[in-house]
Amino acid sequence: MNTSPLNPTEQAQGESAQVTTVSAPAKAQTRRFGNKVRDAGLAYLFLLPALIIFGVFAYYPLYRLFWYATHTQSRFRNKPASYVGLEQLKASLTSNDFISGLTHSGLYMLYTVPLGLLLGVMLAVSTHRRLKGIKVFQTIFSSTVASSVAVASVVFITLVNPEIGYFKNVPWLSLRNPTSALFAVSLSSVWQNLGLTFIVVLAALQTVPDELIEAATLDGYGAIRRFWRITVPLISPALLFLGIVLVVSALQAFAQIEILTGGGPSGATETLLFKIADPRGIRPLGVRASYSLGLFVLTAIVAGAQYSIMSKRVHYGD
Amino acid sequence: MATDPTVSAANEQNRLNQTAEKIVDPLVPAPYDNDKAVQSPRSGLRNAVATTTTYLVLTALSVIVLFPIYMLLLRALSSPLKYISAGQPLYPVSIEWDVFNRAFGQASLGRSMGLSFVVTFVIVIAQVLTSVLAAYAFAFLEFPLKKLAFVLVIGTLLLPIEVTLIANVEIIRKLHLLNSVPGLTFPFLVTAIGIFLIRQGFLGIPRDLRDASELDGYGHLRFLFKVAMPMSKAIIGSFIVIAFLGAWNQYVWPRFATDRGAWQTVQVALRTIGSENPGELNLGFAAAIVASLPLLALLIFFQRQIVRGLTAGAVKG
Repeated sequence: MNTSPLNPTEQAQGESAQVTTVSAPAKAQTRRFGNKVRDAGLAYLFLLPALIIFGVFAYYPLYRLFWYATHTQSRFRNKPASYVGLEQLKASLTSNDFISGLTHSGLYMLYTVPLGLLLGVMLAVSTHRRLKGIKVFQTIFSSTVASSVAVASVVFITLVNPEIGYFKNVPWLSLRNPTSALFAVSLSSVWQNLGLTFIVVLAALQTVPDELIEAATLDGYGAIRRFWRITVPLISPALLFLGIVLVVSALQAFAQIEILTGGGPSGATETLLFKIADPRGIRPLGVRASYSLGLFVLTAIVAGAQYSIMSKRVHYGD
Repeated sequence: MATDPTVSAANEQNRLNQTAEKIVDPLVPAPYDNDKAVQSPRSGLRNAVATTTTYLVLTALSVIVLFPIYMLLLRALSSPLKYISAGQPLYPVSIEWDVFNRAFGQASLGRSMGLSFVVTFVIVIAQVLTSVLAAYAFAFLEFPLKKLAFVLVIGTLLLPIEVTLIANVEIIRKLHLLNSVPGLTFPFLVTAIGIFLIRQGFLGIPRDLRDASELDGYGHLRFLFKVAMPMSKAIIGSFIVIAFLGAWNQYVWPRFATDRGAWQTVQVALRTIGSENPGELNLGFAAAIVASLPLLALLIFFQRQIVRGLTAGAVKG
């Protein structure tokens, strides 16, 4: 079993007899130099499925978005589209419709990210202690991880639906009022994300070394100063990560809008993605493609931040 | 989570010296707590007050977190019309235990659950396979244009399904794959996150081990399956769990890659179940409970993997 065949990919038993006489270091050398081509071939073979799928369902669609954005589609599917250059893209991205989508998505971020982080930290800090039965509370606080966006939206139907919701008469949670509707919807995301933020912050808290806290205590730091001067800086990578995750999920809010308000009242909860997906089919394909490119730029900014953080962590890791 | 037993024993001793009456729960992984009571030794009474306050705060927070879930259960079990005419109280009204049966029967919840399972399994299995293979290429093989290939993989983080949604719907339509399992799964058979995570796991395997298995006559495939994958079990396990979570919870893609009710995954079906008839509103709430059961099971049985998977990007290691 351990007689080594020259080639690492084919487990050719037949060859093994011939090579048993070669000394170990020599074998390693022949293999390493002799197999460059085979290694490369194997690498491409391994990467092939990934590259095909990414090509067809990520990069080609990006090209198609540009194509749709620079063409106007005829109302009739069988008529050819006509090239309009950047005209449509410009007009779409400066339209009031796009700006309002952008505003709603921005507001959604504003409503969900700080509140979500704050509550997550509160829950984590309050359970990060030695206490009988603390596991029960930890399980309760992480429980919303089990709910999807769609489930969380159905859950919030029971709370804020204008006809049957428990809080239907609370004015600042009203889905009928254009100024409160988006906020009421956003609470479903805050609730749904609680489990995730709680789990991540608690895990981060558990990496804060005891010695540091003990030393600070001996130096006369009170609990509040310890928290802000030691704990917060040490868990800041986790908070940054969560911030990005929450921003991305706010940017991609759709199911909660469709299920809770359908974009209403009078378009007040139509986020960017809602206008792109356009469940009622109001906007032409070219306009929606232009909006998609706008979302692409926003995603790129956030994902860029995410990647730089992720790759930094790889360095710290070793 | 694993702490050096000698270190934690020493810590234990310190703590016990400070507050003798402190309750020690060995199940709690946290080696330290922020409880003020530990730092400044107090009288037993003040300690008891602090502990009680903590429990009160924790209970209040639990009520806030659990209230929405309670309302869902309440609305699922109560007869919808009688509940409303009773003035929407905080307790169930004329409980209908058969609501789950009816959701499976009348609202074809079974079919959409089944479809969700199929779609999720296809996606998870494919993602693990493609991620492991691609990660292996990046971690252990040298080949021309490696940098470019890696950039292309990471670049897809900029192209989530939400961005490419409308173009992908047109592609699937042209391929005549609307309302089909391939149409629901194809864009998700690969994920940059999986490749990146598993590659990180592979990079943690010592180079010497690779050389040693090479000398033992291991080819790349044997090394991958006998050494690299077993050594990265933890990371692959966590990835499987979060891949399941992601695939099961999908909404946007299955919503627009299908236009027939029969092809709705359970998440998409939640939008319409019971919404046509006010007397059947509870079917939708019951469906939401059923739709979260698989994840609840995941949360109970694979808690460690979930925590590790969710924190993979946030906490090193």
